[in-house]
Amino acid sequence: MDNFVTLDGVDLQYGGSGGVVALKGTDLQIKRGEFAAVVGPSGCGKSSLMKLVTGLTPPTGGRISVAGQEVSGPLKCVGMAFQNPTLLPWRKLLSNVMLPLEIVQPHRKRLSRHRGEYVEKARGLLKMVDLEGFEERHPWELSGGMQQRANLCRALIHEPDLLMLDEPFGALDAFTREELWGVLQDIWMEKRFTTVLVTHDLREATYLADVIFVMSARPGRVIATHRVDLPRPRTLETTFDPAFIETVHAIRNQIAQIREESKAA
Amino acid sequence: MDSKNRTLHAAMPWLVIVSLLVVWQLSVVIFEVPSFVMPSPTAIFAAFQEYRSIILYHAGLTMMNTMIGFALGVAVGLLLGIIIGTIPLAYSGLYPVLIGFNSVPKVALVPIIVLWLGIGQPTAIATAFVLCFFPIAVNVATGLATVEPEVEDVLRSLGASKLDLVTKIGLPRAMPYFFASLKISITLAFVGTVIAETIASNDGIGYLMMQASSQFRVPLMFAGVAVIASLGIFTYAIFAFLEKRLTGWAMRGKR
Repeated sequence: MDNFVTLDGVDLQYGGSGGVVALKGTDLQIKRGEFAAVVGPSGCGKSSLMKLVTGLTPPTGGRISVAGQEVSGPLKCVGMAFQNPTLLPWRKLLSNVMLPLEIVQPHRKRLSRHRGEYVEKARGLLKMVDLEGFEERHPWELSGGMQQRANLCRALIHEPDLLMLDEPFGALDAFTREELWGVLQDIWMEKRFTTVLVTHDLREATYLADVIFVMSARPGRVIATHRVDLPRPRTLETTFDPAFIETVHAIRNQIAQIREESKAA
Repeated sequence: MDSKNRTLHAAMPWLVIVSLLVVWQLSVVIFEVPSFVMPSPTAIFAAFQEYRSIILYHAGLTMMNTMIGFALGVAVGLLLGIIIGTIPLAYSGLYPVLIGFNSVPKVALVPIIVLWLGIGQPTAIATAFVLCFFPIAVNVATGLATVEPEVEDVLRSLGASKLDLVTKIGLPRAMPYFFASLKISITLAFVGTVIAETIASNDGIGYLMMQASSQFRVPLMFAGVAVIASLGIFTYAIFAFLEKRLTGWAMRGKR
């Protein structure tokens, strides 16, 4: 398996020299079709990493490549989802989910002529996340969990090669969050797109990911990599498995240590 | 209970107007206020009936001038708003200039406009335009400039162009701001037209009122004011209705 996302000594400094250094010498490799999670103390530049990989922010040093190509501008076909669902309030759920199709080629060209086919696809995705029957509702008529599920559909409708998730379940209650882990895992196991999940929830990272990158305090860099070899599909039962608990524990200790060190410094 | 409540809410403005008119009428009658100081509502209504065709003729002209000026204001305001809201450099350059322009009392501009356009309709239209384009430009620019960066990130990482961002997110998002500014602008356009008509015109409600004033026909003046007020409310109601129909999502289904 080849590396799909590669970061090679990446630096990021905001606001010119003398500005905040968000990342310093970050190295990271993610294989094609892999589910990667990035965890770390708050303010360690996890979200900056998202912007770098997608090409929204250029690095101030080092190299980033995705699918064998160096990233020099915004990538064209990434699915993204944030903690805030960012659905457009003037669009109904179905047309919110179909938004990427109006942008990404070749769908953009085909959309008006093959509308029916795409509508079917969007309905199928909404059904997968249990939102059948809500297609003609506005997002603000739905609960936060439902909006976040629709947000996932929007991130996936155009079948991206790369899915970037920035604490997508952070604002949800524990039950909804755990339920959506299962939903996301099901979709991922079916389509196997490369995924980067930024989170501060270690159980979430361990439940979903094949590989977990632990970042240091600012300026952030990857200080440890954990492979999670638990069998899939993982269930909530898995979270009580000794191997699962051991992984969560190990990462937690590492982060606690980072926090101690950065306080002392 | 609920529907009863709603009828009451709908009836409230009328109840207030009727009670004001009753109090007005009673005070004029009881305190024997002379009609050249403050005519009673019935006297105003009588004056309206008497001069009906003249009033309607001038009101029609005022309405037309206002609408033309307003249409120009919408076109220019929208365009300026889009430019300022989407191009950061234009924002830094034009915004302060616009603010400066807006702080000039527009009455002071009428003599200049007269110099260019002469006495009559073009001046009224220009004044209406000058008064009403500003709120539209500022509101549209605000709507466009305050798009959540995360939404933009989602679209940019799909390969969206600047134009895509404006048409898919910016403009729909700016619509509630746009309609809110229309309601302000239409009333300002009336103000502009009537100001120009009182200073430099031979027709229109403003001119009619100046004439009535010089001849001490006070009830006629009040009839003119009443007509302008009704025109203002009528056009406001049209845009409020459009706003509700087209940007109901911004109210999250309330109202």
